[in-house]
Amino acid sequence: MSKPNLKIKIGSMEMKNPVTVASGTFGYGPEYADLVDLNRLGAITVKGICPEEHVGNQTPRTFETRGGMLNAIGLPGPGAQGFIDKYVPFLKQYDTPVIVNIWGKGMEDYGRVVDMLDAEDTVTAYEINLSCPNVKEGGSAFGTDTDTFARVIELVRGRTQKPIIPKLAPNVPNIGAFAKAAENSGADAIAIMNTMPAMAINIDTLVPELANKFGGLSGPPIKPIAIKLVFDAAQATSLPIIGMGGIFEPEDAIEFLIAGATSVAVGTANFIDPTTCDRVIDGIESYLVEKGHSSVADIIGTVKV
Amino acid sequence: MKQQKATVLEHDNFQGEYRILRLAAPDVGPYVKPGQFLHLQIPHLGDRILRRPFSIYKATDEGVAILYKPVGRGTESMIPLQVNDTVDIIGPLGNGYPEMSEGKLPVLVAGGYGNAALFLKAKELPVKGVAFFGGRTAEDILCVEEFKELGWDVRPTTNDGSLGAEGLVTDAFDPWMKEQDVKKLELYVCGPGPMLKAMGNRAIEHDFTAWLSLDENMVCGVGACLTCVIKRKTEDGWEWARCCKDGPVFESREVLWDE
Repeated sequence: MSKPNLKIKIGSMEMKNPVTVASGTFGYGPEYADLVDLNRLGAITVKGICPEEHVGNQTPRTFETRGGMLNAIGLPGPGAQGFIDKYVPFLKQYDTPVIVNIWGKGMEDYGRVVDMLDAEDTVTAYEINLSCPNVKEGGSAFGTDTDTFARVIELVRGRTQKPIIPKLAPNVPNIGAFAKAAENSGADAIAIMNTMPAMAINIDTLVPELANKFGGLSGPPIKPIAIKLVFDAAQATSLPIIGMGGIFEPEDAIEFLIAGATSVAVGTANFIDPTTCDRVIDGIESYLVEKGHSSVADIIGTVKV
Repeated sequence: MKQQKATVLEHDNFQGEYRILRLAAPDVGPYVKPGQFLHLQIPHLGDRILRRPFSIYKATDEGVAILYKPVGRGTESMIPLQVNDTVDIIGPLGNGYPEMSEGKLPVLVAGGYGNAALFLKAKELPVKGVAFFGGRTAEDILCVEEFKELGWDVRPTTNDGSLGAEGLVTDAFDPWMKEQDVKKLELYVCGPGPMLKAMGNRAIEHDFTAWLSLDENMVCGVGACLTCVIKRKTEDGWEWARCCKDGPVFESREVLWDE
């Protein structure tokens, strides 16, 4: 039997397989290049970029929890021009689409950062961060009501022809309404989910474990939450969904595809086993062969309910 | 930097509560520079999932060895590891200690088993100077004979006086320093934060070089997650530097200590 077709499309972005990495867990690419063949990935999603350099939060920025971790890194980054100077020449070498996660302190920043990046051919698509729980301004402030959410997407849509992918917070009352709003505002896909707002307290010092007090929970504990959100969103929109949250094994990724995701992103698992993306790509292929499918499209959204 | 499944060759008591773990790691061992570290995925860690970083004590073409003391969830979970078990490692990581400048007198300063991270440097240095090792008790100061055999003048200090002079490592270093041509000193330091800061402050005050190996909580170990950042001085303030990738070794003048 011939190899199953793993190719998928997110708007005009063609991916050789459905597997990318979650923004913030893979740096800007070079960090993992010794350990991961970047040409094998369906896409590289880089850490959040805003127009100007940003310093991020104080330390401690992460904390290990049962089965997962909290983070409140606070989106430190080199800014759009810094990204172009420092990382675009590196990313250019690879035959892999690059999704740039963008964020802003104010709404107009989302337009400015796209203006600064859009001429770069290496930038294939934008993931619009409307859900980071760890920055005071921006981030989730734009992702908690559908009107503001839609306005940011419309603003970005007006500045670029490249695929735009708003990333949703898990803690919204009705994910379907956001999915529909994204579709109506011109998004090409949606990414589900960002980390879950969370907290840990040291019982000896009585102080929160993170300098930012609160953070986002990631890793296997959030996977069932993400699966339901993907399922719910898939019922509400025909947009492709990039599903993520606790993918550590191929079976986790396959579950997301069956729930309705077209693509998946590996996040926290990169920190623990940098070969996870490789294993997930291989595992999806073996599953398709085993079940007699010719294409990954055959299993997307096939959950029986 | 490589990721590989490494077979346990030896896992034994080393001294007191300290243990040695020696791994077959032909993809890692030959490339180790003194001061670099390994990121180890601990089997049987249960519901805690992150890797743990360890200084590399010894490295050969065949593999690497680390010394550790079971003090927390990660290191306690390592106790059942047996010969022929496999451990997933990533390494060597970090920048390590740089080459010594010409005409300098090398000095090693370590707190507790921090000197394990200095062993490869101690071996490599063309000149053997003085080694100040501090610990709580005699049991906490490892490898004294090994450093002596390499030709180092080892001067231990312990909090309880059970080995060497009673006191802190600085109590032994300070009077010795006063008799030296201090500008010629080049220090290689590894140990707890307060000791690093104390030695770094002396280097700045007396105008000598001190390479400090910093130890911050790490997640990815490769510079991606930005957990282990420290404040590195710049011309007009400071910037974040990643302990895992830009360090763990920093010169004393680079580090902006938190108050």
